[in-house]
Amino acid sequence: MSKLQKLINQSKTEWQVLHDRTIPRIYLGMASCGRAAGSEEVKKTILALLKKQKLSARLIEVGCIGPCYLEPLMDIATGGNPRISYANVNPAKAKMIIEKHLLKGAVVAHMAVGHFGTVPFEGLPYFFDQPMLKSQVRIVLKNCGFIDPENIRHYLAHEGYSGLEKALALSPDRVIEEISKSGLRGRGGAGFPAGKKWQICRKVSHDPKTIICNADEGDPGAFMNRSLLEGDPHAVLEGMLIAGYAIGASTGTIYIRAEYPLAIKRLKIAIKQMKEIGLLGDRILGSSFSFDLKIKEGAGAFVCGEETALIQSLEGKRGMPRTKPPFPATAGLFGKPTVINNVETLGTVPHILRHGSAWFKQFGVEGNFGTKTFSLVGKVRRTGLIEVPLGTPLKKIIYEIGGGPQKSFKAVQTGGPSGGCLPEELLDTPITYETLAAAGSIMGSGGLIVMDQDTCVVDVARYFLNFIQKESCGKCTSCRVGTRHMVEILERICNGGGEIADLKKLESLAKTVKSTSLCGLGQTAPNPVFTTLRYFRKEYVEHVVNKYCPALVCRSLIEYYVIPDKCTGCQRCVSVCPTGAISGPRSEPHNLDLAKCIKCRACLEICRFDAIAGNAIAIRTREEK
Amino acid sequence: MGKKQTHMENILKEFPAEQGNLIPILQKVQEEFSYISPQGVEKISEFLKITENEIYGVASFYSQFRFIPKGRHTITVCLGTACHVRNGGILLEALERYLEIRSGECTPDRRFDLDAVACLGCCALAPVVKIDGDIFGNMAVIKIKELLDKYE
Repeated sequence: MSKLQKLINQSKTEWQVLHDRTIPRIYLGMASCGRAAGSEEVKKTILALLKKQKLSARLIEVGCIGPCYLEPLMDIATGGNPRISYANVNPAKAKMIIEKHLLKGAVVAHMAVGHFGTVPFEGLPYFFDQPMLKSQVRIVLKNCGFIDPENIRHYLAHEGYSGLEKALALSPDRVIEEISKSGLRGRGGAGFPAGKKWQICRKVSHDPKTIICNADEGDPGAFMNRSLLEGDPHAVLEGMLIAGYAIGASTGTIYIRAEYPLAIKRLKIAIKQMKEIGLLGDRILGSSFSFDLKIKEGAGAFVCGEETALIQSLEGKRGMPRTKPPFPATAGLFGKPTVINNVETLGTVPHILRHGSAWFKQFGVEGNFGTKTFSLVGKVRRTGLIEVPLGTPLKKIIYEIGGGPQKSFKAVQTGGPSGGCLPEELLDTPITYETLAAAGSIMGSGGLIVMDQDTCVVDVARYFLNFIQKESCGKCTSCRVGTRHMVEILERICNGGGEIADLKKLESLAKTVKSTSLCGLGQTAPNPVFTTLRYFRKEYVEHVVNKYCPALVCRSLIEYYVIPDKCTGCQRCVSVCPTGAISGPRSEPHNLDLAKCIKCRACLEICRFDAIAGNAIAIRTREEK
Repeated sequence: MGKKQTHMENILKEFPAEQGNLIPILQKVQEEFSYISPQGVEKISEFLKITENEIYGVASFYSQFRFIPKGRHTITVCLGTACHVRNGGILLEALERYLEIRSGECTPDRRFDLDAVACLGCCALAPVVKIDGDIFGNMAVIKIKELLDKYE
């Protein structure tokens, strides 16, 4: 038996003991999203309670299991019962649940959302049978939320690094062949076949070669890579080692956004643990393969997601893309042949090696095999991180998994700032690289942002263009100046100063920027404008001709007002208004002075959420004076 | 000043003198001093044997680097797509108004500095604000005062 197999077996036994023992376990979702929802406070409460009651229970901090809208998630497993999951836990709820479930053994069924047992459990659904999770296929995210990401033995207990061991038993060419056969395509967005990329680099005759993991997840509205790195860092690292072995590299770099401190911390811990058991360094697992890894933090530049810009940044320069060829696979980092793979691509690789390419191809559709993770966010009922087979229709993702939009559906935005907004008519589109491109959008790294009637598509186009304009590296005039002008036109339209001729100007500028920019950033920058003009032209026309924003978003075109019949005269809004625009004696309908109002939302929020207020403040189209 | 200089030298000692280390050096300097000072750039220039111009060129390209000192607490407002459609922009404006500074500035009493970021990756909890290391989801204009009062 190999040394790794021994470690895996030991870890499995430990995992078994951990789960069979009578010591109760508390699992707490401690990824960034869980923390943002308040899991730190919950953790403090749990620890204090365990200490006070002198309870022997283990607190296991896990990564994101997917349904962010249920965070903070706290699961409890006691001797006889399976792991039971409680959602939207706060310190008070946690205390109550622990006292009942942990101390008295009584499951608090009305607060629980599901169980993780192997057999049905009194009235509770199996966790993964919940509507959001049922039609998902979890391959890359398999371990997320299950294992402690800071404990390599948890990863080993789930066949960790056995993909690497299998790879090392094959020749590098055979490894590449297996990846090629699986049809795995780059998950960063462009969809280039991963096996082909490795092959090109392997064939280059000069050494040394190197591998980079692109964790510069820059798309606003996307957090798939963060969740994977926080929840299962070893999966990505195992993929890097396999890729390194396949192309013949002895060094690797993880280029990760500095905005992801928790992912960086967990990667550092993971690398340290790998070194301790000989998974990094010389002659890994007794083979002839030697490999070393380091982490480099990005410094905040969206364009560095582009391969050549990323390399410039790693070389200590301004992250400006350069012309290709030469492609990084032949001349990349400091001139070395370099393969750059996305986090999710690398996280998928170990599974293909473990189970074979034939197994992988049972998921997805011809030409688009396997699964893809998406961050499903925006105005949808169930938000979170999801994984579905490629080829799944958008409608299924938004309605079955996401539970549908909060109000009536308007659009879904895919592919981040380089993607597009797709309307209701296109919801039957299966999600593949080609179908999304044909619709004028892109797959991108996996952001799916749902927009409802309260989202203004013109404002969204302005938002993306403004983002791109600020992130343009400035090398190509068309991108640097063209996007600037596009933003100005869009701002004019949003402010009510647009003319119908502006739409033509916008389209023509968009075409120029697309066709004359060097890198992907500029070439795809106009996509949000193209798609919104194509599918939502009517909304542009409303803004331009009638000075009307149907979503009531564009601030120059709206005004706030008080509905007298609903106003309880509670003066809550008077107290929060920063400009003194609202006045009126207590218990009488208040008056809102439009001349003073800066449309900051404070009154609207307090009126909606305060118990005694009457939800009496609303927004309407600005009346022509 | 003398103390700062030795400190700076100690930071540089950790790195081999190669341009590939420029960004990690700038990151380390900013981590220690909270910003990149002209004296710092001078030292780095001598160390890496590249011009100060080039260092400023690189540092100003990346949004992470700042050239003025930070406040005691750093407020970061997320302006990612999900936060944008849930009024993150209005939240930033409200913070600017409340603190009487613009994004990218620091309050005169050095209590807070304010910045916007493209995405914190907590999109499911939008709109999101980060203060120092803590992330606050589902933020609202009316929650600002209470939240900031917790920070001295």
